Amino acid sequence: MYDFDYLRPTTVADAVALLAQRSEAKFLAGGQTLLPTLKQRLAQPEAVIDLSRIAALQGIREDGDALVIGAMTLHADVAASALVLRVIPALAALAGEIGDRQVRNRGTLGGSISNNDPAADYPGAVLGLGATIETDRRSIAADDFFTGMFETALDPGEIVTSVRFPVPQRAAYRKFPNPASRYATAGVFVARTVDGVRVAVTGAGATVFRVPAIEDALAADFSPAALTGITVDDDGLNSDIHASAAYRAHLIMVLARRAVAAIS
Amino acid sequence: MTNPAGTHPAGANPSGIGASIRRREDQRFLTGRGTYTDDINRPHQVHAFILRSPYAHARIGGFDLTAARAAPGVVAIFTGADLVADKVGSLPCGWQIHSKDGSPMIEPPHPPLVTDRVRHVGDQVALVLAETKAQARDAAELIVVDYQELPAVTGTRDALAPGAPLVHDQAASNLCFDWHLGDPAAVDAAFARAHHVTRIDLINNRLIANAMEPRAAIGEYDRATDDYTLWTTSQNPHVIRLLMGGFVLGIPEHKLRVIAPDVGGGFGSKIFHYAEEALVTWAARKIHRPVKWTADRSESFMSDAHGRDHVTHAELALDANGKFLGLRVNTIANMGAYLSTFAPSVPTYLYATLLAGQYATPAIYAEVRAVFTHTVPVDAYRGAGRPEACYVIERLVENAARELGIDRAELRRRNFIPPSAMPYATPVALEYDCGLFHRDLDEALTLIDYAGFPARKADSARRGKLRGIGFANYIEACGIAPSNIAGALGARAGLYESAEVRFHPTGSVTVFTGSHSHGQGHETTFSQLVSDRFGIPIDKIEIVHGDTSKVPFGMGTYGSRSLAVGGSAIAKAMDKIVAKGRKIAAHMLEAAETDIEFNAGRFSVAGTDRALGIADIALSAYVPHNYPLDELEPGLDEQSFYDPKNFTFPNGCQICELEIDPDTGVTKILAFVAADDFGKVINPMIVEGQVHGGIAQGIGQALMENCVYDSQSGQLLTGSYMDYCMPRADDLPSFQVAYHEEAPCTHNPLGVKGCGEAGTIGGSAAVMNAVVDALADRGITHLDMPATPERVWRALRDAMPAQAAE
Repeated sequence: MYDFDYLRPTTVADAVALLAQRSEAKFLAGGQTLLPTLKQRLAQPEAVIDLSRIAALQGIREDGDALVIGAMTLHADVAASALVLRVIPALAALAGEIGDRQVRNRGTLGGSISNNDPAADYPGAVLGLGATIETDRRSIAADDFFTGMFETALDPGEIVTSVRFPVPQRAAYRKFPNPASRYATAGVFVARTVDGVRVAVTGAGATVFRVPAIEDALAADFSPAALTGITVDDDGLNSDIHASAAYRAHLIMVLARRAVAAIS
Repeated sequence: MTNPAGTHPAGANPSGIGASIRRREDQRFLTGRGTYTDDINRPHQVHAFILRSPYAHARIGGFDLTAARAAPGVVAIFTGADLVADKVGSLPCGWQIHSKDGSPMIEPPHPPLVTDRVRHVGDQVALVLAETKAQARDAAELIVVDYQELPAVTGTRDALAPGAPLVHDQAASNLCFDWHLGDPAAVDAAFARAHHVTRIDLINNRLIANAMEPRAAIGEYDRATDDYTLWTTSQNPHVIRLLMGGFVLGIPEHKLRVIAPDVGGGFGSKIFHYAEEALVTWAARKIHRPVKWTADRSESFMSDAHGRDHVTHAELALDANGKFLGLRVNTIANMGAYLSTFAPSVPTYLYATLLAGQYATPAIYAEVRAVFTHTVPVDAYRGAGRPEACYVIERLVENAARELGIDRAELRRRNFIPPSAMPYATPVALEYDCGLFHRDLDEALTLIDYAGFPARKADSARRGKLRGIGFANYIEACGIAPSNIAGALGARAGLYESAEVRFHPTGSVTVFTGSHSHGQGHETTFSQLVSDRFGIPIDKIEIVHGDTSKVPFGMGTYGSRSLAVGGSAIAKAMDKIVAKGRKIAAHMLEAAETDIEFNAGRFSVAGTDRALGIADIALSAYVPHNYPLDELEPGLDEQSFYDPKNFTFPNGCQICELEIDPDTGVTKILAFVAADDFGKVINPMIVEGQVHGGIAQGIGQALMENCVYDSQSGQLLTGSYMDYCMPRADDLPSFQVAYHEEAPCTHNPLGVKGCGEAGTIGGSAAVMNAVVDALADRGITHLDMPATPERVWRALRDAMPAQAAE
């Protein structure tokens, strides 16, 4: 790890201002990606701006027909929240299966989606539920937020403040963990909402993506049997020493069927 | 289990042999009070960072050290040229193999720092010393190395391919040796009359040991006395003193002290003499300051010796009744870029000699070619050769049973070496002293409820799952070994063990052992030997190990040898204590020495109630007022060097039952049982723990662990836990283990055989036999390790294209 300045503002405005003052600064949320990167000397920021003391980024609340979760909320807190368990149990379950206990007690929702690791779990829920990402300057629809591998629609210096999850009728997430890292080799989030069915796949591609063929089939008949015969093209899917693109394409359909079976 | 964990035989010494007392050392380990090498800091020490090669193979045109030397905190930077100038030697290899034609193996130099060529990713390029570790690392980034990248070969089979890049110019075709064992003519004759031949091609995957504690070393030099001290994470400090002092740095034993303090796991990887040990010791003298180095985890992946890595073709000839007639094995073994300390012994005398297994196969012939590749050196890893042998035999046996339609247990029974044939000379150079193989099998069958398996398989099928069961009937040669035999087989060292038992005047005891504990629990097990013999409580016994200045000598801990060899040495030293005590007692009790009986710490005159405790005898030995001074020296402190007569042969039967999800290819182990014969057992709880850990590593190899190099670039692709898959608690079932003590080792004083590697010897074979059994209905007869979900899914898809689309 190289030396850097450590800054810990208490307001979003201060955090944004501090970042603007520095030529090479990084926001620190839970640090589950940034800290290993620093330890490996793969990044050399001049300053690290810790967002953990900003009260406005914390908390879980119900707001009409939506659940609003502060960007700095820990995975463990989402997993254990009575409110989340009651309103969107699939989201609590997803948070409870991220990484391991240590990761869940440091990692945050905002950090996860801002980093947009292709193998992260949260993007599956955010896109699958059609959530809205609130930042210090605007609202971004999930469909517009995840733009590529480790890329999002966030502007430089823009901070995610919260995520607004519309409450679905039913939802389920099924993932196939990489046996070594336990990141998602593939994860499928299926949500049945008043507006239709949404299916988001994480882990398998450069970034989270929806599968219209599965959504259409489930819109017509929300049952595992409706997915018979549907395949996902493996072109463009991730391929590594643990799972080829073809295997991931296969897993997507297995996981989709299992998610549907869990809620149909 | 005859004596469940947490109990001890009724009425017996509560800390004696057979008692499952808790491990004494765990109190300090679990409360963070251990003293590991990295916990040690010496006054005025500097920190070392080793610049390692980013390339698998490259020529070094030169270095520019200017900027690095000017960096803050830098004390010195050294390269290979500095070692050459100081006549620092090559890291030695401790075992010499001769090829079929009688020629010695190719033994290229292994410099602690390279001079003109790097041969694997992680090879040592430069040593940077600075006031802090971060400064050393910062400076290393400023070193400019003129690398000219060269083509690399990493694959075991690829190394022998025509035109493969050469690792060493002197090793044509990358061949280190071409060795054989057994009688080829007898094997040819056996195959000529065979009713059936079972053939298999398999890969024994490369593993990385991943000890919890990364390697570390501190070198110190005393200008006033010309003494060197090395603290190191070693399984055998005396061997390091011998190898480093004698062959690399030219420091005589009396001027070199090697200390291996608490060590956090080794699994073989800390047996060997590593470059870093020599570098910190040498550099400490160059700069007249202590030099400390601790590996980070990424360095461990690319610099700790790796394990296994065989490619094998094997054939088993059987007669019409399923009797084994002959076994033919052809193996290519990957040595990596250089010969690590004991590397050549692993795929030869620790592998081919075990190919008889538990069976009376009359003719066996093995050929082994060892090859160099542009990879980290490969050496002993828990089991070392014996798991590879067990895997070959047990995969063949299980496939043969399936091909011939004979039940797998029955086929084994027909071929077991019967107890009546013991001692049994195998066709591959070993003499088994004892073993009750039928008994082990029967007990394991009961534990797993073999009769109920078909019903359980049907139940799995109803749930859409594929259930399989697999056996491994293993035997291993442990307690390595008689020095004369090891020497005849190429060992360049003796393989005895030393012990000193020091009775103190007021009745406590210190034992100095040449064995080294790095997780095995010696401080407990060895104390139990002493408590049992002398009848003194465990808190009056101290076990000292790991320091060449305290322990007379030692060959260290590996090959499940600590109890069988080190423990026997302690027993022999205790014999001497008792013999001397008997003389003292005879004098004090005014009786004839022949009338003195010794039992559980008391010397008594036969047929009388006159007796003295051993503490009284010890006091008299140190305060010899009433003492046979004309006959005996004062003091009660005895040494022994014990050289065993033979290997020991732990054996047993492991059975794995598992279920495969055909949708995903995921394998879930449902049950794993082991019925073992370790001879006499000192602490059943510790034995059980050793078996559990061994099985976990066997399962890890079978289902998860795999060291992968990129075949083009030679880069290590599994260089972190993100990609190298270690087994975790939730990957494993609750094990059921049992043992019997009905066949104690016939040739050591304790009757013990060793248990440290047993779980690993059979573990991977049992799992893979169960995986193949689960898939056999789909026509699958073999799968290479690790049986990852994708590998299983592909096998199913390729076997049954119509169903895989599911």
